[in-house]
Amino acid sequence: MPEVVVPIGPHHPALKEPVNFKVIAEGELIVRLEIDIAYNHRGIEKAAESRDFVKVVPLLERVCGICSHSHTTVFVKGIEEVMKVGVPKRAQYIRTVIAELERMHSHLLWLGVAAHEIGFNTLFMWTWRDREAVQDSLEELTGNRVNYGINEVGGVRRDPTDRDVARVLRRLPVLEERIAKYRRMIAHEPTTLARFRGIGRLTREEALRYGTVGPTARASGIEYDIRRDDPYLAYDEVPFEVVTDTHGDVYGRTLVRIGELLQSVGIVRHALENLPGGPIKVATPRAAPRAEILSRYEAPRGELVHFIRTNNTDKVERLDIRTPTLANWTSVAVSLVGQHLADIPVVVAAIDPCLSCTSRVTIVDREDRETKTMTWEELRAHGMRFYREKRGV
Amino acid sequence: MDVPLLVLYVVVFPGLLFLVGYAFLFQFLDRKIAARMQSRVGPPLIQPFADFVKMLAKETITPADVKRADFDWAPLLAFAAVATAFLYVPVVGPSPVAFQGDLILILYLLTLPSIALFVLGWLSRNVFATIGGVRAVTQLFIYEVPFFLALLAPAIMAGTWSVSEIVTWQASHPWFAVLQPIGFIVALIGLQAKLERTPFDIPEAETEIVAGPWTELTGRRLALMRLTMDVALVTGSGLVAALFLGGPLLPWALEPAWLASLAGFGLFLAKTLAILFVLTSLRIAMGRLRIDQLNDIGWKYLASAAILQVFVVLAMNAWWAP
Repeated sequence: MPEVVVPIGPHHPALKEPVNFKVIAEGELIVRLEIDIAYNHRGIEKAAESRDFVKVVPLLERVCGICSHSHTTVFVKGIEEVMKVGVPKRAQYIRTVIAELERMHSHLLWLGVAAHEIGFNTLFMWTWRDREAVQDSLEELTGNRVNYGINEVGGVRRDPTDRDVARVLRRLPVLEERIAKYRRMIAHEPTTLARFRGIGRLTREEALRYGTVGPTARASGIEYDIRRDDPYLAYDEVPFEVVTDTHGDVYGRTLVRIGELLQSVGIVRHALENLPGGPIKVATPRAAPRAEILSRYEAPRGELVHFIRTNNTDKVERLDIRTPTLANWTSVAVSLVGQHLADIPVVVAAIDPCLSCTSRVTIVDREDRETKTMTWEELRAHGMRFYREKRGV
Repeated sequence: MDVPLLVLYVVVFPGLLFLVGYAFLFQFLDRKIAARMQSRVGPPLIQPFADFVKMLAKETITPADVKRADFDWAPLLAFAAVATAFLYVPVVGPSPVAFQGDLILILYLLTLPSIALFVLGWLSRNVFATIGGVRAVTQLFIYEVPFFLALLAPAIMAGTWSVSEIVTWQASHPWFAVLQPIGFIVALIGLQAKLERTPFDIPEAETEIVAGPWTELTGRRLALMRLTMDVALVTGSGLVAALFLGGPLLPWALEPAWLASLAGFGLFLAKTLAILFVLTSLRIAMGRLRIDQLNDIGWKYLASAAILQVFVVLAMNAWWAP
């Protein structure tokens, strides 16, 4: 059979966000895969440089709709470290609770999406229904369902009452029961097993070589979790286990995420039951001293890194965001070769891609049908030319 | 049957008009049951009809380089085929147009929508539609053999090739669902595959190939093709109900005749709805298979089971004459 180029994206029902795969397929088998992730560059890193530490937090919250808390936490954590500010215990615990609730809603969402990719819409509807309980908890604790707006440099902005805490605690047993049910479903439902097992396999060596992070890495047997390896917030005081699996395929990633869901329930329960008293924030200086810091965080999708450079002002001089999806992309291109065309959606979904957070600039030449990236020198020259011509600078 | 009555039978009841109305009801029930099982609200009763009317009013777009006429006749042909097939399915009693061999005709006519989908996919000049069309035909070759074998087994046992006569045979004997349980299960699975419903919605797998052969269908073509699938669902359920569940006939005679017809119609409704419920539950409980996995399952298990059923029937015919 001759090779066929199947374009997947940038607009495709399997994708919720724009990305483009050029799939070179022989019949139903994939020979090669070219990924183009630059469709939604939003210039957030640049925009962050022009806002002070108060105004930049809401901006960073909007890097990602799912891990909104992750991006603000990793940023304020870095800034607090630079300013050498000790954040109150209560604030740390509240941040931990929100972080784990966020992980739960993200993983429940993922489970539904993965089921939807293989056409199992019932599981999709059920997980998204149960996700509502988590969303409700988040809304009660923070006032918002998506962008919680709870973080600020020096602490959190909202103190949950005992009644809020009790209500969240009441929801946990139900969630625990449902998650256990999904674990049984995944392990026994024949079509799910047929579509998950042995698909998109990544050995431990490959997972290490392509720099995977988060559940993708842990499903290949790599015990790597920032929460345990480089504890932040209240993770050094809360008991939890790093869930790993040795399957290395989509099935393994599913098991890891379901395991993490149960761990998150435990963390939220422990943190809420042992919520320390006291203030929820401290006063911080307006400006941060000159420093460079690499702030790491275990987002639902894996290790999230913010590189922050400050220079004695109330703004960052440079912010570089490395999202977990960016780290996991290459593994998708590798693990899809030799698989069936029908497996593309589920293998892509298995790393839980979050595309908008990942986009980097690519130059697309429509006449020559070429895509390329700019070097730093070219970009600099382009920027100078742009501002001279357009703004008269 | 005299001519005016026959025209009434073909066009109004239980012909075209009833068929289309019942197909809408089937689609509604299918969606509603699915929604309730997935803890959703589901559509109101009028929704399938409203969808149909709305789609009829929408602009019909023909892709560049595609012959308009081909794109127009394919859905029409598919609809005409399944609507004709329904005439031979017993609804209130034996069909008035029945003849020896109408079972073969029904099976042939029910195959036409898949062929039409392949043609549409192939004509669309769209990579997703083409892949979907190829998948539709591949799937046709996988499920058709076990499906046909399973449906022919009752004919072999009853010694007739007319669906209506098979129904009459079952009035004085046990149902074929009891006599041929393997064939019944294979027929249900085959029907699900024929109608391209989960776990066999491989040709139109939304997340993989957009809508498969349906991708370039718009407006009235899409409306007609969707109606075709609903009608095929009714015809298929009616066929399986007739062949395996005794169809609309009661084992004892009812007087007067109109009461017998009414009871027969009630039985037809109850049995087809029961089959719909099974098919919907199957759709809800599973994800989609891959075409190569379906190939394995179809030829290894379904075909073997159907052949086994035929052998069992032949053996029963030889030693045990019911």
